[in-house]
Amino acid sequence: MDWQLVADSFWPLLRGGLVGTIPLALASFAIGLVLALVVALLRLSPNRMLSWIGRAYVSLIRGTPLLVQLFIIFYGLPQLGVRFDPWPAAIIAFSMNVGGYAAEVIRAAILSVPKGQWEAGWTVGMSPVRTLRRIVLPQAARVSVPPLSNTFISLVKDTSLATVILVTEMFRKAQEIAAFSNEFMVVYTEAALIYWMFCTVLATGQNAIEKRLDRYVAH
Amino acid sequence: MSRTEPSDRPGPSDRPVPDTLLTARGIEKSFGENHVLRGVDLEVRRGEVVALIGASGSGKTTVLRSLNGLETPDAGMVEFNGGPAVDFGAQAAAATGGWGVRREGARQAKADRAALRDRSAMVFQHHNLFPHRTVLDNVIEGPTQVKRIPRATAVGRAEELLARVGLADKRDAYPHELSGGQQQRVGIVRALALEPDLLLFDEPTSALDPELVGEVLSVMKELADEGWTMVVVTHELQFARQVADEVLFLDGGVVVERGAPAQIFSDPAEERTRRFLDRILHPLD
Ligand SMILES: Nc1ncnc2c1ncn2[C@@H]1O[C@H](COP(=O)(O)OP(=O)(O)OP(=O)(O)O)[C@@H](O)[C@H]1O
Ligand SMILES: [Mg+2]
Repeated sequence: MDWQLVADSFWPLLRGGLVGTIPLALASFAIGLVLALVVALLRLSPNRMLSWIGRAYVSLIRGTPLLVQLFIIFYGLPQLGVRFDPWPAAIIAFSMNVGGYAAEVIRAAILSVPKGQWEAGWTVGMSPVRTLRRIVLPQAARVSVPPLSNTFISLVKDTSLATVILVTEMFRKAQEIAAFSNEFMVVYTEAALIYWMFCTVLATGQNAIEKRLDRYVAH
Repeated sequence: MSRTEPSDRPGPSDRPVPDTLLTARGIEKSFGENHVLRGVDLEVRRGEVVALIGASGSGKTTVLRSLNGLETPDAGMVEFNGGPAVDFGAQAAAATGGWGVRREGARQAKADRAALRDRSAMVFQHHNLFPHRTVLDNVIEGPTQVKRIPRATAVGRAEELLARVGLADKRDAYPHELSGGQQQRVGIVRALALEPDLLLFDEPTSALDPELVGEVLSVMKELADEGWTMVVVTHELQFARQVADEVLFLDGGVVVERGAPAQIFSDPAEERTRRFLDRILHPLD
């Protein structure tokens, strides 16, 4: 085994992760969550048209491969005159994807809050929107931390797909180094270990957040 | 905790305030095929305690929730002295009209619901405290968020009320850290903090361990003695007998019998009332 190569490639790979993978995942997740909340509320809307739009969106996102979604946005849309650079294209595709998956998580979390909480909000004088914001969403947030963490960890790994639309994240770096050195096994395994490291750190963070939010939840 | 005079309410202030706070007439409600309320009348005078009794499923909760907009009856009306006066039959009729009528009807219904809600406060069977908020935050949520009372003022009043029910030291606790009786007392304080004209209680002690019932009932009795107007759904006949000014027995979607507790409990006029009371007072016979 070429330990020198392992050592030499570690920093470029890690750097690819820190300036590529992680920012891409963070930006997509943040935007995706906002989108997911909107889609979840559409789905929960008593208005049938709105709820249908929400359902259709979730169905389309979950029923098509992420790779194909990336290709449509980066290679397909330019033919309609809509052109994105690799980074914006990747963020759009990943956000939309998170929006579809996390919408279901958020919807379920909102539904898990007892109806009595809505009613209590109503009787103390709050509008439904205010009750949602101040009473229901904070409780739904606690419930959705574990599944949303899973969504985020999946996303971190899925960002490796962005290499096909030329985003220089960690996996693209790995491909470059591997092609140059011909040491595919070593370099890709090293990349895998760094992904694993990222995900382990994130899982630890998830536990910390759950503990913090547990404080005020009935046991 | 003394009652604030409802002088800020809209309404003719030059006439003497009539005795009646709330009138409900002909309340009807169906859930699908289940015709739950078949014309319920209710009148509550200021400072009076009305107890609603009846078998499980007789519609007591539905009556109570019709008074604060949590439930929308299919017909009938609910009127508060000083407003609002809500005609549910008209609402139902508007809902079957043309597009413009429906839209205007829905807008009116929404306003009616909120106006009803603003006159009362409710204590729930399962307290429904906000679990992610401290006791104090539960109590001041309504006053600060909705009534826009300055936080310091609201906190001062909340602390007073909490002290009155013996929970001054629990202001920073979370609801799950309290006993059932304490939770329910916080629920009562949360309602009082809204300074409503009417307090609605839906079996506030039926989810409690027997030894915790007394502490909640005694708070409610104090409120009654102070002159709060209350409608109480309850299975605690002892409480109804001691505290209520009027008892309504609900069965089959109508008020079968109403009257002073002494009369209802010792000498019910209706056979159905008699049987119901027998079942509760002598469950093993
Ligand atoms: N939201 C609802 N949807 C469908 N049916 C309902 C609903 N709320 C109440 N009901 C039905 O209406 C009837 C009356 O219910 P309600 O809760 O008013 O009775 P109650 O007198 O309060 O009973 P309990 O003593 O058990 O609380 C019951 O048959 C109940 O199943
Ligand atoms: Mg009930």
